[in-house]
Amino acid sequence: MLKINNLHAAVDGKAILMGLNLEVGSGEVHAIMGPNGSGKSTLAQVLAGRDSFTVTDGSVDWDGTDLLALPAEERARAGLFLAFQYPVEIPGVSNAYFLKAAVNAVRRHRGLPEYDAMDFLARVKAEMKAVGMKEEFLYRSVNEGFSGGEKKRNEVLQMALLEPRLAVLDETDSGLDIDALKIVAEGVNRLRSPERSMIVITHYQRLLDYIVPDKVHVLSQGRIVRSGGRELALELEAHGYGWIDADGKAAAAASGARS
Amino acid sequence: MNAPTRNEALGAFLEQDYVAGFETRLETDTVPKGLSEDVIRTISARKGEPEWLLDWRLEAYRHWLTMTPPLWAAVQFPPVDFQDIVYYSAPKSKTDGPKSLDEVDPELLRTFEKLGVPLHERARLAGVAVDAVFDSVSVATTFKKELGEHGIVFCSFSEAVKEHPALVRQYLGTVVPPGDNFYAALNSAVFSDGSFVFIPKGVKCPMELSTYFRINARDTGQFERTLIIAEEGASVSYLEGCTAPMRDENQLHAAVVELIALDDAKIKYSTVQNWYPGDKDGKGGIYNFVTKRGDCRGARSHISWTQVETGSAITWKYPSVILRGDDSVGDFHSVALTNNLQQADTGTKMIHMGRNTRSTILSKGISAGRGSNTFRGLVRVTPKAEGARNYTQCDSLLIGDRCAAHTFPTIEVRHPTAHVEHEATTSRIGEDQLFYAMQRGISAEDAVSMIVNGFCREVFKELPMEFAVEAQKLLGVSLEGSVG
Ligand SMILES: Nc1ncnc2c1ncn2[C@@H]1O[C@H](COP(=O)(O)OP(=O)(O)OP(=O)(O)O)[C@@H](O)[C@H]1O
Ligand SMILES: [Mg+2]
Repeated sequence: MLKINNLHAAVDGKAILMGLNLEVGSGEVHAIMGPNGSGKSTLAQVLAGRDSFTVTDGSVDWDGTDLLALPAEERARAGLFLAFQYPVEIPGVSNAYFLKAAVNAVRRHRGLPEYDAMDFLARVKAEMKAVGMKEEFLYRSVNEGFSGGEKKRNEVLQMALLEPRLAVLDETDSGLDIDALKIVAEGVNRLRSPERSMIVITHYQRLLDYIVPDKVHVLSQGRIVRSGGRELALELEAHGYGWIDADGKAAAAASGARS
Repeated sequence: MNAPTRNEALGAFLEQDYVAGFETRLETDTVPKGLSEDVIRTISARKGEPEWLLDWRLEAYRHWLTMTPPLWAAVQFPPVDFQDIVYYSAPKSKTDGPKSLDEVDPELLRTFEKLGVPLHERARLAGVAVDAVFDSVSVATTFKKELGEHGIVFCSFSEAVKEHPALVRQYLGTVVPPGDNFYAALNSAVFSDGSFVFIPKGVKCPMELSTYFRINARDTGQFERTLIIAEEGASVSYLEGCTAPMRDENQLHAAVVELIALDDAKIKYSTVQNWYPGDKDGKGGIYNFVTKRGDCRGARSHISWTQVETGSAITWKYPSVILRGDDSVGDFHSVALTNNLQQADTGTKMIHMGRNTRSTILSKGISAGRGSNTFRGLVRVTPKAEGARNYTQCDSLLIGDRCAAHTFPTIEVRHPTAHVEHEATTSRIGEDQLFYAMQRGISAEDAVSMIVNGFCREVFKELPMEFAVEAQKLLGVSLEGSVG
């Protein structure tokens, strides 16, 4: 269970999250939608522990742990995974090396034996097949020269390898062709389980045809202004965000009038 | 509420200590401080040198007196007092020099052991022949016998002067003339020891040859002289490693290395330089003012320099190749790391004289802390060098925002068919890269060394296997200081 309470966060002195509340139960999948610049990625990165964002108020409880007290790598080892909106390139470091270092860091933390090169290769190749990545991507530098879609698949691959307890996917569907979208969605669905929660950030309700969320939230100006079921995404698609004002209040009237 | 920041975590990792900084207590035979013709005569006499070599030294000394230290490098330091340096210091031993390893002071052997120098049987296992130079003299050369069977000479410079005077006399100073530059002249006057390698015609040296240099005594300069000759069709791979104890005073290291490759010969020279860099505030450390030059004298010869420079307070060093023979090839692969207040001004010169000569320059500069890292390169294509080609790539990686990187490439082309390419990049270890790795559970220190090693990979793969591993570790340890 993830409980975000009154979260405020700023970057370079500029307030971005302003009293955000959200609860995600174990095994649930929540979708977050919202206009550009509303703070979706900021929320994702604050949860993951990026220290260029300063938490100015509020708390995040994750299964009884004070999430904000942990450094980024410990959050990751404890099972928090962020699929980046813009995956980062690391020239000269092979994807295989990076993935193995990551998987073993996490396994060590969980008291599991580290993979040797053989075990790791067997595992990673199986997972790559599932997300439709060619083996050559193991030997290329991390994300370097990957196409937009290839980067996103690489994120899903990492998620599958790291078996997180909480996965935050930040626009993992953006830039994917329709086949890739299905593969990525399948990858996510395979990972759905009663002990794994997911937050899926997206602009397109289409993704939610494949990954059916338990709840949909609208983030606007640093807060969740509207929450609902699957149908909320369809309404947003039909009417855009103008339909919900900053407070999320006039929404009901507008919604009644148009639908 | 906030967790420790990434920069704090990084800072802690980066503040590792210099591990080779211990001192060995030995009885030494030391000439008093200062430089004069008498000191040079004393050094030469101690070493039992022939007349011609003493004359050669004295001539270099007289030339040196007319010269002034070069000031063009992008490094800053107070003037060196050349009268305040000890020019000769040797561990005392019963005889003139150790005849075998058993005669070497065990304390000395322990020092090299601590440094991981594979003397003794460890050498056999590692398959590396080692010459170890401690302060001014060479203490042991392993594998002499096996190499001798191939006609290979690998010994200390002093021994070569005694055993192979004709060879020394034929080649000494033919690549770096005594008056070449201020420090080369100084070295020629006072050099104390070094390594000598001779690979006869057609012989491929069956093992890596390796020398470890160590400055131990206080106020001592190390002026070693290395001469490597590969005759027609011969080949050799040579590695040099260096360390020094931690001291508050600066110590001078002014070496000269000369390589000569005849027709179809190949010399690969690799350096892992880890002289004491000084402390966080820039106190102490080695001044590493070195002249290294290779002469591709024969057709189709090949000289390759690979260096990993992590130590020294100041590095002033431009391993170069004179591409004299037609179709000869010169390479320079370099990783130079500066941290805290370290300064490095390093690079290479590729002088194309023969036809269809080719050269490659690959330089990776890493600056952290308040380090300053300068690449200085010269590619010269002379009027006779038809069809010459050069490719230069110069990459700089910055860690934190108080360090500096500079690139000064000079290209002089005097032949219309020449083909010269230059590429340069500067990047910074991004907060985004670190965060990405840490989000995957990788610690800050592992992330930094992963990124730095990735940056250096093209150079590391030029190093002999076992030294590539050492170089990687060294980079991790040398990234001492703070970030951001
Ligand atoms: N380093 C920064 N400096 C200044 N402003 C920033 C910084 N990082 C983010 N912001 C601002 O914070 C706001 C929220 O950005 P965020 O990336 O969270 O939006 P988003 O909801 O993910 O948008 P999108 O849908 O376009 O991905 C934006 O106005 C952005 O410009
Ligand atoms: Mg975003």
